[in-house]
Amino acid sequence: MTSTAPVPTLHTFAVRATGVDRAFGGVRALRDASFSARPGEIHALAGENGAGKSTLIKVLCGLVAPDRGRVEVNGRVATAFQELSLLPDLTVAENLLLADPPRGRLGLVRRGRLAPEARRILERFGVDHIDSRAVCADLPVSHRQVVELVRVLATEPRVVFLDEPTAALPDRQVEWLAGHMRRLRDEGCCVIFTSHRWREIERLADRVTVMRNGTHVATREKLAEAEAVTLMSGRTLGAMYPEIPPPATAGPALSFSDPGGISFDLRPGEILGVGGLAGQGQRELFLTLFGAGRPARVTVDGRPIRIRRPKDAIRAGLGIAYVPEDRKAEGLFLPLSVRDNITLATLGRRSAAGFVRRGAERAEVAGIVSRLGIAGGGAAAGTLSGGNQQKVVMARWLLADARVLLLFDVTRGVDAATKHDLYRLVAELARAGKAILYYSSETEEIAHLCHRVLVLREGRVAAELPGPVRDAERIVAAAIADGEAHA
Amino acid sequence: MRDLAGRLGYLVLAATAVAYLAVYATGLGRLPTAFDYLSILNTTLPLVFVAIGQSLVVLTGGIDLSVGGTVSLCVAVTAVAVTGFEQLPLVLAIGTACGVVNGLIVAAGRIAPILATLATLPIFTGAALWVLPVPGGSIPPQIRAVLTNPDLPTGLIWLGLAVAGWLVLRRTRFGMRVYAIGSDAGAARAVGVPVERVTFGVYALSGLCCALAAVFYVSTTTAGDANAGAPFILTSIAAVVVGGVAFTGGRGSAVGAVAGAAALALVIDVLFFAGIDPLYQALFQGLFLVVAVMLGSLAMLLRRAT
Repeated sequence: MTSTAPVPTLHTFAVRATGVDRAFGGVRALRDASFSARPGEIHALAGENGAGKSTLIKVLCGLVAPDRGRVEVNGRVATAFQELSLLPDLTVAENLLLADPPRGRLGLVRRGRLAPEARRILERFGVDHIDSRAVCADLPVSHRQVVELVRVLATEPRVVFLDEPTAALPDRQVEWLAGHMRRLRDEGCCVIFTSHRWREIERLADRVTVMRNGTHVATREKLAEAEAVTLMSGRTLGAMYPEIPPPATAGPALSFSDPGGISFDLRPGEILGVGGLAGQGQRELFLTLFGAGRPARVTVDGRPIRIRRPKDAIRAGLGIAYVPEDRKAEGLFLPLSVRDNITLATLGRRSAAGFVRRGAERAEVAGIVSRLGIAGGGAAAGTLSGGNQQKVVMARWLLADARVLLLFDVTRGVDAATKHDLYRLVAELARAGKAILYYSSETEEIAHLCHRVLVLREGRVAAELPGPVRDAERIVAAAIADGEAHA
Repeated sequence: MRDLAGRLGYLVLAATAVAYLAVYATGLGRLPTAFDYLSILNTTLPLVFVAIGQSLVVLTGGIDLSVGGTVSLCVAVTAVAVTGFEQLPLVLAIGTACGVVNGLIVAAGRIAPILATLATLPIFTGAALWVLPVPGGSIPPQIRAVLTNPDLPTGLIWLGLAVAGWLVLRRTRFGMRVYAIGSDAGAARAVGVPVERVTFGVYALSGLCCALAAVFYVSTTTAGDANAGAPFILTSIAAVVVGGVAFTGGRGSAVGAVAGAAALALVIDVLFFAGIDPLYQALFQGLFLVVAVMLGSLAMLLRRAT
C-alpha cells in the first residue's frame, strides 16, 4: 500500500438537491427543483409565498421525503422552522435540552440541572431576558422565536436552515441574529435562510437563489430588488399600487365615536387608513370593532349598534380580516377546501331549502379564484401558503354582504407579488362599495392605498391627512410632530 | 394557577377521604381501622396500575380503550395458568403483547388510537373468554401473601414501587419525549423525537400495566372472570381526567392519576357507608365524575384568566 498525502475533504457543496419532486395532496410543491449551497456562505432562498421554499428546506433537512430526486448533505444539520417547532407545554429548558438532557448515573435525566444548564446556553448566545423555567406557551411570539433560534444555534451545526427567522423578531433581535449568522459563516458553516424583507437579503446574503412555482429560477451573487421581484413573480409588476377609485358620495356606512378620543365616519367605497407609530392604539381600535375589546357604540348605515362580542360585529355587517402575530391565518377553516372557506360566510344565498347549491357556488368561486390567482380551489386551505391563505380570507368578503371591512395588517409576512395582488383586491373591494378601515405595519401602504389617513397617538387622533398621501414620511412626521408638541 | 389543574387529583382525593371518614364515623360510630385502609388499598391497586398506563398514553395525546380487554385476558390467564411465581412473567408478556399490537396499529399503521383500541378491545376480551369461559380459577396463596396480604401492608410497598416506577420513567429521555409528543407531535418530529417509537412504547407499557393490574386483581378477588376488565376502561380514563392529565396530551402526571384512582375507589366505599342502593352506584359515580371534571375545567378557566 502506498502512502498518500492527506487530502483535505473539500466539498464543493454543503447541501445539494437535484431534480426533486414533492407533492402534497395534489398540489405540487416542488417540481424538478435543484439547489446547492457551499460551506462558509450565507445563502438566501427567495420566492413568493408558495414558491416551495419551506418544502425545499424540509426536504433538505430530511423531515419530508422527496417523491423523486436526490438530496445530499455534508455534516450535522439544524433547522429553525417557520411554524415554530417549540413544544408549547414544555419549559424553555426542556425544549433546549430535549435532544441531549443532562443525565446522571443510570442515565436518568437530572431535572434540577435542566434550568441552570439552559440558562448557561441562553447566556452563551447573549440572551438574558428569557426565563429558562418558563413554559413556552406563556411566552410572547418574539421570545419563542429567540428560543427556537438558540435551540438551533446551540447544536453547533455545519448546515443551518432558518425559515423566515425574522418574521416574528423585533429589530434589535434581528441584529442579534445577523451577528450569529455571520459568525457561523466565518466558522465555515453553511447558513441558508428565507426572508420576505429584501433589505435583509441584500445585507446578509452572499448568494441568493430565487424559486418560483416549486422550481429553481436563478442563483446570483448580486441581485437588485426589481429584478428579483420579476424573477420571483415571473412577470414584470406594473405600478406597485393600483389606482384607487373615488368613494361614493352617500352617507357614512360606519360612524364610530369613542369617548377616549377617536371618532370618524366611513363612507361606502372609502378606504380609511389608520396610521401612526406602532402601538398607539391601532390594534385596540380594531379589537373594539371586532367585539374583542371593550364594548363600543357604532352606527352602521344609520342604525346604532352596540358591539360587545364578535357576533354583534358580524351581524351588524362588519367583515373582518386580521393576521395574528404568529401568522396562522385566523378565521380560516384549515381542513376545509378553499371553495368552502370562501362561501362559508354567505351559505344562505346559494342554498335552497337548507341544501347548498354546489353548482352555483362552484361557478361564483371559480371566478374569484382565477381573478386573484389563488392556487387550487378544491385543496384544503391548510395546504396553501400563507399569502394564498390571506387571499382566501379577503376573497370571502368579496362575496359576503359585509358593508364594512376591517383589514388589520393583511399583508404582514407576504411577498411582493402577493402584496401587489392584495392591493388590487382592496381596490376592487372599495369599487364594490365596501367601506374599508385599513391598518398596516408598513406605513408606505397606508400612504398609497387610502383616501384619508387618521394618525393615532396614545389612543387619540393626532392628525387627519387627506389622501392619497403618497409620501409615507408625511404620516410619520405627523405622528412625531404632534408627539413633540405635547412633550 | 397552572398547577391547580395538575393538583386536581390530590384535592379530589382529599375531599373524598374526608367524606369517607365522615360517613364511616357516622355510620359505625368509630373511625376506620388499619384493616379497612388495607382493604381499600388492595382493591385500588389494579386501577392504580391501569391508570398509570392510561396516563402515559393520554400524555401522548392518545387513548387506550383496550385496557378492558387486556386486563380481562390477563385475569383469565392468571386464574387458569398461574400456579407459582414462575408463571407471572408469562402473564406480563401476554399483557405487553396486547400493548405491542395496539402500538403497531397506532404507530406504524397510523390509525387513530381511539379506533385502533376500540377494535382490539373485543379481540382481547374474546381471547379472555376462550381462556376462561366461566368465572373461576384460583391464585396460589404464596403469591397472595406477597402481593395483597390482607394482614400485612404489602400493598403499600407495591403502591410505592408503582409511583417510584413512574417517577423514574419521567426522568428518562423516553419520559421527556412522551410529553413532547403530546404537546405537539409535528414539532416533536421536527426536532428529532422518534415519534413512532415512543408512541409504540407507551402502548406496550400500557399493556404491561394492565397485566400487573390483572395479577393484583386476581390476588385480591382470589378468582378470575373473563369480563373482569370491562369496568377499567371507564374508571382508568376517569382516574386520568380527575388526576388532571390534559386530554390533549403534554400536561399532567401519572401520580395525579393514581390519586384520581384512589378517589374513585373511595367513592364506592362512601356510597356503601352512606347506605346508597348498589343499583345506583354507577349513577353516583358518574355524578362524582362530572363534578370532578367540571372542577378541572374551572381550574383551567381560572388559569387562563390570570
